[in-house]
This record gives sequence, structure tokens and C-alpha cells, in this order.
Amino acid sequence: MYLSTIDISLILEKLILIVVVVSASLVVAMYTTFAERKVAAVLQDRRGPNRAGPFGLLQPLADGLKLFFKEEIIPNLSSKFLFILGPALAMLTACMTSAVIPWGDHIDFFGRNVSLQIADVNIGILYVFGVVSLGVYGIMIGGWASNNKFSLMGGLRAASQIISYELAMGISLIALLMITGTLSLKEMVVQQQGGFWNIVYQPLGFLIFLICSFAECNRTPFDLPEAENELIGGYHTEYSSMKLGFYLFSEYINMFISSVVMSTLFFGGYDIPFFDESVLSPNVAAILGIAALMTKTLIFIFLFMWVRWTIPRFRYDQLMHLGWRILIPLALFNMLATGAGVLYFN
Amino acid sequence: MSTLTNKAKAVDRSPMSFMEKMYLPAIAKGMMITFSHIFKKKPTINYPEKQRPFSPVFRGLQILNRDEEGRENCTACGLCAVACPAEAITMEGAERLPGEEHLYREEKYAAKYEINMLRCIFCGLCEEACPKDAIYLSETFAPADYQRKQFVYNKQELLIPHPKENPEAYQKALGNRANKATSN
Repeated sequence: MYLSTIDISLILEKLILIVVVVSASLVVAMYTTFAERKVAAVLQDRRGPNRAGPFGLLQPLADGLKLFFKEEIIPNLSSKFLFILGPALAMLTACMTSAVIPWGDHIDFFGRNVSLQIADVNIGILYVFGVVSLGVYGIMIGGWASNNKFSLMGGLRAASQIISYELAMGISLIALLMITGTLSLKEMVVQQQGGFWNIVYQPLGFLIFLICSFAECNRTPFDLPEAENELIGGYHTEYSSMKLGFYLFSEYINMFISSVVMSTLFFGGYDIPFFDESVLSPNVAAILGIAALMTKTLIFIFLFMWVRWTIPRFRYDQLMHLGWRILIPLALFNMLATGAGVLYFN
Repeated sequence: MSTLTNKAKAVDRSPMSFMEKMYLPAIAKGMMITFSHIFKKKPTINYPEKQRPFSPVFRGLQILNRDEEGRENCTACGLCAVACPAEAITMEGAERLPGEEHLYREEKYAAKYEINMLRCIFCGLCEEACPKDAIYLSETFAPADYQRKQFVYNKQELLIPHPKENPEAYQKALGNRANKATSN
């Protein structure tokens, strides 16, 4: 009896956390679309959306509503099941990644120690990688099921791009794992709270990781899967209404999640710089920690947008050249150098 | 080969140096340029709330003028219709009856006065042709409607508001053009 009460409260606690995290990442993604347009406007000396609500803050709602009211078109010759599965899968995998991210330390809820992480699995970062690579299936299936050459090209490009860049990303991460000695994201943050942030030990690894996460999110300069001027809309050419919305939305969720992952891996996660959190009460520390993580994440999201509105798209052969002939050797070198360093200092 | 101007510049085809091959410095430079644009003044104006001032010779929609006592100036002489290159103006004259002196300034007035705003090219020749200062081009512009026939403005739509019954609207409709008209 005693055991079951604990289980129920644990399940309840995790359920609430899941709802909060997923809805928070949806809201953040929603406002990222708004921020993207605003940032683009500001960088190009324009004003951006400012009509819907004060400062245009209701613009994402209006955009979403518009997508809902659009006609739902499923091409005759497409395979219907896969056509619907594509965006659903893209959205699902985008939302699933947030499960292992430590949003904060823990809060004291009436004497109960509530961890602000949905699941502290000991292979956390591996899980993130697994789910992110699943995300490409959404794009591939959608592109293939559309029965359209442009969509297929977009899907193909997405697949080859993600495979090429995941390698370099993984290798750059191995160097990081050599230093931390753990795959759990929570433990990595705790380590960084005590010492320096991982960026100090792994500047090159971070650079490779950053470039690869741009590629994984299909963001400029690696947005070849949806290159408008050559592929119309790429993999989502045939999509309309909320199915298109799901694709666009999952891109922004991916961007948010990869920003969080980067801040967690290299910039101390919920660690507040130059400040010892242990002097505060756990609840205050947790709230400040969440704020710190969100600030870091927002800076990364801004970086994503800033790069998008600065750099033109790569050509396909340049993309492959960069991935296979520059980033992978560089990542391998970084791994070797880190291994040698770890061996020397220990 | 001699060049015609000293502006010609030979294309540099030397292989890229290591720094250039790295791309990252160039990318950082480009990003600083876009970042600096955050602080630049935006040339856009929030249009409906804010409007740019017109030049003093701006020509908008026509308005039929009244004198200070609110009597219509127009005598339906037809000079504006003759002057109109787009043939947008139609009118019918009528004789002022006893007791209508407070409505019309002269013995003859326009019973019907229509301007087809779809035909009008806003050249301002009607204003120049008018001997009675009865028609002038205001600063109102960009009318919108759902049907073409709504763009044929009749006299009621063209007349300026009554200066005594509705002085505020009168002043607003008069706009800057009034100053120009009185200075002539």
C-alpha cells in the first residue's frame, strides 16, 4: 500500500512535468516564429509584424489560426497513410527530445524533493541523439509520400545531410564525454557547476557541435532540404494547412531543443555563472537556474536567427565537402587531442 | 591594354589564403555587419497612424468648395468638364430660385455634379480652369470601395462640410490647400 502511494505521486509529478515542459516548448517555439520575423526585420532595417496585438505579440496566434483554416489537401497519387505520418513523426520526435533535459536542479514541494528533469537516464545524451536522428524520418517519409520530384529531392537531401553531419557531431561529442566521463545530462551540469564550463575545455568541439546542430535543424546555411529557389518548398511542397504547420513548427521546436542541449553540454545548463547556488534555498535556486538556462537558450536561438539572416545557403557539393572533408577530420583530431590531454593530466 | 576609365579593377584570382579558407572570420565579419543594422534607424513609417507630410502641390480627391457663409461656389459653367482630359466630370446646371440665396452663391448652380474617380487622373486641370474657386484637389487619397459604381462620386460626396454647421470637419477638409487658395 505504502509503495503504491509513492508511485502514484511520482507518476503525477512526472505527468505534470511532462505537460509543463511540452507546452512550454510549444509556446517557446510559437514565439520563436514571431521572434524570427522580428529579428529578420530588425536586421534588415524593417519593422516586422506589429499589427496583431501590442507590438504584434498575437501574431503567432493569428498565424496558427490561419493554418487551421487553410484547405487540407492530400495529393491523389500520394500514399495517404505515410503522407499524414510524416508531419506527425516530425512533431513527435521534436517534442520527445525534451524528456532528458535537466531544466533545473530540484524544487522543494511541501517536503517532497521534485526533480526538474523528466527522466534522468544514464544515457541521456545518447537518447537525444537517437531521437534527433529519428526526426529525419518525418522529413523523408513526408518527402517521399508526396509523390513529387521536388519533395523527394528535399527528403533525400535532408537524409544525406543529417547522416553526414551526425557523424561529426557524434565524434565531437565523444571528446566531451572523455572529459565528463558520463552520458547523463544532469551529471554533466553538476560537474560544470563545480568547475569550469565545458566550453573552456572543448572550444573546437563546441564549434563543430554548433555547426552540426545548424545542419541537423535544417537551418540556413544548411537549409538545402527546403531550398525555395531550387526545390519550391522541398519536402513540404505538397503540404498545406496544419500539416505544413507541423513541419514548420517542428523545425522551431528542434531549434529550441538543440539550443537547450548546447547550453547544457557546453555552457553549464542551469548553472548561474560566477555564483554559488548552494547558498540559496532550493526553490529560489531552481527558479534562478531555469531562468539562467532560458537566457542561455534564448541567446542561442538568437544566434540561429542571426546566422540565418546573414549567411547565404551552401551549394550541395560544398555542404558535403564541409561535412566529410573538414568537420569529420577536425572532429577526429579534436577527439585524439582530448584523449591525449586526458591521458596526460590524469 | 589601356582602359577608358580608371575604374576598371582586375579580378583577383589568386588562391585563397588559409584565413580565407577558414570562412569563419569572414562569417564573423558579415555577422557584425548585420548586427550593426539592429541599431540603425528604420526608414519605415507606421502608415495609418503616422503619415508623411505631402508636398504643397499634392493632388488628391476633388472637393467642391463653399464660401464662408456655406454657399456653394459652383455655377455649373462647365469649364472644369471641358478642361478635364479624362472626361471624368459630368454636370447639370439649374437656376437658383428665390429663397435659395443661402444655398448657392450665384444665380446658377450645379443640380448634378459627378466625378468618376476611376477615370480621374488627378491632373488638377479642373482646379486651374475654375473661375469661381469652386473645385480644388484635396489631400485625401486612396479611396476604397467594393463596387466600381461607388467610385462615381456625386455632389453630396464631393461637397465640403458646411463651415458653420460643422466647422471642424470643414477645416479638416480644407487642409493645407486652403492656404494656397487664399494666397493666390
